Amino acid sequence: MPQNLSSRTLTGWGRTSPTTATVLTDPTPESIADAVRGAGRRGILARGLGRAYGDAAQNAGGLVVDMTGLDRVHSIDADGGVVVVDAGVSLDTLMRRALPFGLWVPVLPGTRQVTVGGAIAADIHGKNHHVAGSFGDHVLAMDLVTASGETRTLTPDGPESDLFWATVGGMGLTGIVVRATLRLEPTESAYFVVDTERAADLDDLMARLAADDDAYTYSVAWFDSVATGASMGRAVLTRGWAARRDDLPRKLRSDPLRFDAPKLFTAPPVFPSGLLNRATARAFNEVWFRKAPAERRGEVQNITTFFHPLDIVGEWNRVYGARGFLQYQFVVPFGEEDAFRRCVAAIADSGHVSCLNVLKRFGPGNAAPLSFPAPGWTLAVDLPAGPGLTTLCTTLDELVLGAGGRIYLAKDSRVDANTLARMYPRLDEWRKVRAAADPHGVFVSDLARRVSL
Amino acid sequence: MIDAVGNPQSVLLIGGTSEIGLAVVAKFAATTRLRVVLAARPSDRIDEAVARLRRLRCDVTIVPFDARTPQTHAATLDKAFADGDIDVTVVAFGVLGDQEKAWTDLGAALELVDVNYTAAVSVGVLLGRKLTEQGHGSLVAMSSVAGERARRSNFVYGSTKAGMDVFYSGLTEALRPAGVHVAVVRPGFVHTRMTTGLKAAPLSVTPEQVAEVVVDAVRRRRELVWAPAPLRFVMSALRHVPRPIFRRLPV
Repeated sequence: MPQNLSSRTLTGWGRTSPTTATVLTDPTPESIADAVRGAGRRGILARGLGRAYGDAAQNAGGLVVDMTGLDRVHSIDADGGVVVVDAGVSLDTLMRRALPFGLWVPVLPGTRQVTVGGAIAADIHGKNHHVAGSFGDHVLAMDLVTASGETRTLTPDGPESDLFWATVGGMGLTGIVVRATLRLEPTESAYFVVDTERAADLDDLMARLAADDDAYTYSVAWFDSVATGASMGRAVLTRGWAARRDDLPRKLRSDPLRFDAPKLFTAPPVFPSGLLNRATARAFNEVWFRKAPAERRGEVQNITTFFHPLDIVGEWNRVYGARGFLQYQFVVPFGEEDAFRRCVAAIADSGHVSCLNVLKRFGPGNAAPLSFPAPGWTLAVDLPAGPGLTTLCTTLDELVLGAGGRIYLAKDSRVDANTLARMYPRLDEWRKVRAAADPHGVFVSDLARRVSL
Repeated sequence: MIDAVGNPQSVLLIGGTSEIGLAVVAKFAATTRLRVVLAARPSDRIDEAVARLRRLRCDVTIVPFDARTPQTHAATLDKAFADGDIDVTVVAFGVLGDQEKAWTDLGAALELVDVNYTAAVSVGVLLGRKLTEQGHGSLVAMSSVAGERARRSNFVYGSTKAGMDVFYSGLTEALRPAGVHVAVVRPGFVHTRMTTGLKAAPLSVTPEQVAEVVVDAVRRRRELVWAPAPLRFVMSALRHVPRPIFRRLPV
């Protein structure tokens, strides 16, 4: 094999369903175009930092382009807030490079370890979705290597806007994004003013979120997924906005744009499966709830504390052991609060345990047919893979479908084709655009094979 | 593709009328909609198997397969993989034969070797190629505890299973870099058509119990399993029992 090709067994962040592919490292736009033209029967796919939980960035038996080597920041226009970057640039890098210019990445998910290409492909969202939308809403243009090996420059409202929006949320199946132009937000600091409050149960939580969510730029709730009965859905809300320079305590004021995001250690690969069980999860959920203040207003927090608490520990997915885990994330429309409650009850009563439980309200969605966010309530839980999980997930699928909701492809690792098609009514529209751009299915992933995308 | 909770979408059963193999398919079909390919000789029994799996909502196709003609195996597997990737392949064909005849009658001995060993290797080589190409999948090889230590009562059968067991155990290592999982399954005495009329050995199991072990092995990517599980320790002990004692044991 040539030097930059190697055979590698890949999984998603959940470390389930390993498959083997030939991986092309240190790509250039030219070598990517060549690889696309020469792709064999098993096709080709771009992979970023591998944070999709399931099989979205795997291509069994085919070619996978490791995009992390294509990582130049080409230009930063401080006044206009516009940056041009390679698709392999991580949001971590982008934040570090843009902050000195007073620019902030407008959509940040729960980790900074995702590439710009991956962020577009999954149309990621953050705690500010209800005011800022998803990642695709901030892309001004992108260069896409299509199935013919040609590079097309796409814009949201240009002549090929349908391909642009099919690529946003398109899970990498329309082509390979090599470069993107993004609009960033001006900011005075890299800190946040945060209000923390506890909610006694799910109804209390939803009432608080519905009451004044729009007053905050960022809003998210961690909830207890183990407690049942009267305290089911008890939660800790953290909501806030970017700190202005005047909001900061004096010692931070001298360097308000400092990238303050420590990583303490990396988890070793020694954890047994089953470490996270009913007893440990109950204890964790209890502690997490109790350690939060009942109410605290106006606290200044740094990037890690507020945005990415999990980034403190590298490779934290190893804690789940060899059997791995999955994340179930869904959204149901406003007005379907009953279905939402039943989903939470189904999880709490199932005996399956989760420690990372996130709940938030989404704002309006965008024009992308496969984009996940839609107005409504979204919830995510991390569940260790184990016997009986199929039953819980299928129950949740039915509840979500019944409420007109959907699950998030970047998190999914087990849904079937039929269920997915019912969740995404605009799937056929997306398929049409994809079929026109890639008639022979050159771009393919394990996810695409599993759910017949 | 096998999903994160270990549910496959497609299963190929080589030895399409194997009771253990069909029990495995039925167990997978209980949690998911399956595409099933049965490789077998045409017979009434295979038609029954198809009907049974269709009742379990499986999409079933048959490809003709004759273990005794290895030169036809490549074409059989081409057909089996023609409709797409195969997530789980179960190699479940085999014959028990008449054990007294098997060590005295050359034809009977070679029949056991041809089916249980030669054909198993032939299919294993070809499957290795197919699964490497697709870069994923689980391959389940039905071995037997009879291959772990020779017994007077069934040593010809045991010797063929010992051969295929070592072959697939080696294949486990050879295919690992290709992302392919191989599980060698060693059942004890299983109540099936094959063993009707034989006196059941201790720790005997039903095909459904073996299926449970197989499905668990696929889900957890385990490479060597016994059915029932405690047989692992029984066999470990038995391997070291001196011959004068071993031949007197009621096993």
